[in-house]
Amino acid sequence: MVPRFASVLDIARDIREGATSATRVLEEHLSRIDAREGEIHAFNLVTRDEALASAARIDADIAAGKPVGPLAGVPIALKDNMCTRGVPTTCSSKILEGWKPPYNATVVTKLHDAGAIVVGKTNLDEFAMGSSTENSAFGPTRNPLDTSRVPGGSSGGSAAAVAAGFAAASLGSDTGGSIRQPAALCGLVGVKPTYGLVSRQGLIAFASSLDQIGPFTHTVADAALLMEVIGGHDPLDSTSLPNAAPQLGVVLDRGVEGLRIGRVVDMPSGSEPEVLARLEAAFAALEAAGATVVDVRLPSLEYGLTAYYLVAPAEASSNLARYDGVRYGMRVDAPDLNAMYAATRSAGFGAEVKRRIMLGTYALSAGYYDAYYGKALKVRRLIADDFAAAYGSCDVVLTPTSPTVAFPFGDKTADPLAMYLCDVFTIPTNLAGHAAMSVPFGTGAHGLPVGVQVLAPALGEETMFRVAAALERAS
Amino acid sequence: MTEPVRDTDSRADRVLDDAVVAKVARLARLTLTPDELTVMTEQLSGMLEHFRDIDKLDLSAVAPMAQPLPLKNVMRDDVVQPGLDRDEVLAVAPAAEDQRFRVPPTIGFVE
Repeated sequence: MVPRFASVLDIARDIREGATSATRVLEEHLSRIDAREGEIHAFNLVTRDEALASAARIDADIAAGKPVGPLAGVPIALKDNMCTRGVPTTCSSKILEGWKPPYNATVVTKLHDAGAIVVGKTNLDEFAMGSSTENSAFGPTRNPLDTSRVPGGSSGGSAAAVAAGFAAASLGSDTGGSIRQPAALCGLVGVKPTYGLVSRQGLIAFASSLDQIGPFTHTVADAALLMEVIGGHDPLDSTSLPNAAPQLGVVLDRGVEGLRIGRVVDMPSGSEPEVLARLEAAFAALEAAGATVVDVRLPSLEYGLTAYYLVAPAEASSNLARYDGVRYGMRVDAPDLNAMYAATRSAGFGAEVKRRIMLGTYALSAGYYDAYYGKALKVRRLIADDFAAAYGSCDVVLTPTSPTVAFPFGDKTADPLAMYLCDVFTIPTNLAGHAAMSVPFGTGAHGLPVGVQVLAPALGEETMFRVAAALERAS
Repeated sequence: MTEPVRDTDSRADRVLDDAVVAKVARLARLTLTPDELTVMTEQLSGMLEHFRDIDKLDLSAVAPMAQPLPLKNVMRDDVVQPGLDRDEVLAVAPAAEDQRFRVPPTIGFVE
């Protein structure tokens, strides 16, 4: 099982009350990094000196009696697709290697303002395209619970950093499951907030209508606190909702009595039996806690994979057009501009990124647009309509997060479609723009953790967190 | 590879071949080696075959959904605010000259 490291809430309280110091907490985390990072490779960069300086400032503020933020002294890791001013931000791609952003992502500013200590930038599948972190240009991340297996992806480094005790929490990004699936595979809580609830400003874009930032934590209460810190309107993101950050810590004890939990009767097949057994145990636990389980149908769910793998690459092919060797990152010199573009992009992007750019460019190209991208957008509508109908009779829906527990390296790298099937349960939420989270709920094959996914409608975070807290109490 | 499903509609003529994939690569400003082109054609064709599962849906009355929420265009007051620091931006550019990004010639070469 996952070793129990101190929670964000406990660390923050102990530092605030003087039971420990930010520097001491950071040194404990750095010593764990020193001991295991060589084996795990959770980070592209550990910002040791900056972190120690930040911790010293927090300790000085506390000693001087100054008010500090809710995350004062808490070591946090950032997925390396979030811009950090003056600190390299690579997206695990050669094309951005060495680039130092001239600004901070909004979530980074919010973490700083809350007193968090950023310990480093975590590894990911290149440009967040993958489900195992095997697509990183800088080498794979290993699952701290079994280093012969993947941590999931694309936020595999962020998941591994928390599971290995390198950071008390981390941020990832979720375009089709890239927070929830690695959270499930590493035994953590992982949240994909409602689209627009957390600012994407400074998150390097993959698929802009799907991307959303969210936390990895050991506990549901920690995830609630992180959401309160990073959520809320941002005038710098035109897709940011006008809503204030949700107040989730106060709802966790409200229980699930009277809530209706949706069981998908036409769920896509292919899950491991142990995973399905844990899902059944989760339904039973919620019923025992006073909730009612109701059957719902989501007939379009099985088409989510197709809709997603047309929409996301289409948006990616447009977003990644900016990597042209002109303004940032690498350049491969050539005699004229078009040749320079092609030489730079061909040398800078890895195989999976090229595959998705090609797929997206094809789906958007003249003659094929209606047959692929246009159709995918219509299927997206069907999926959103299915959820709307389901939420007429239930408050949340429960599914597995991942059809399998953490799989061995190389298991799915030969067949891109096999890898894409990892995302079958997580993708529909992103297409609909809804909220979802993965909660660890026991173990499956090989004693590895299984995650149960709680799906909620847009801005359904309060109910979602109540259900997640009830599952945590029962696990 | 399984035999492509031949629909009765106009998509029957859209099985990928190397020429189409090479054209898409040009559009995407990617240069593929002959080996990469072969693998890419095979992999993309396989995916597109799988994606034909949505062909059985009747989508004629369904409105496309490009993004999840009913967002409107956002306008804010036109207030002058500091932009990014020019030196900081140019310092991380591949090439800069006279406070601008420097690029290779854009005209005078024929592809």
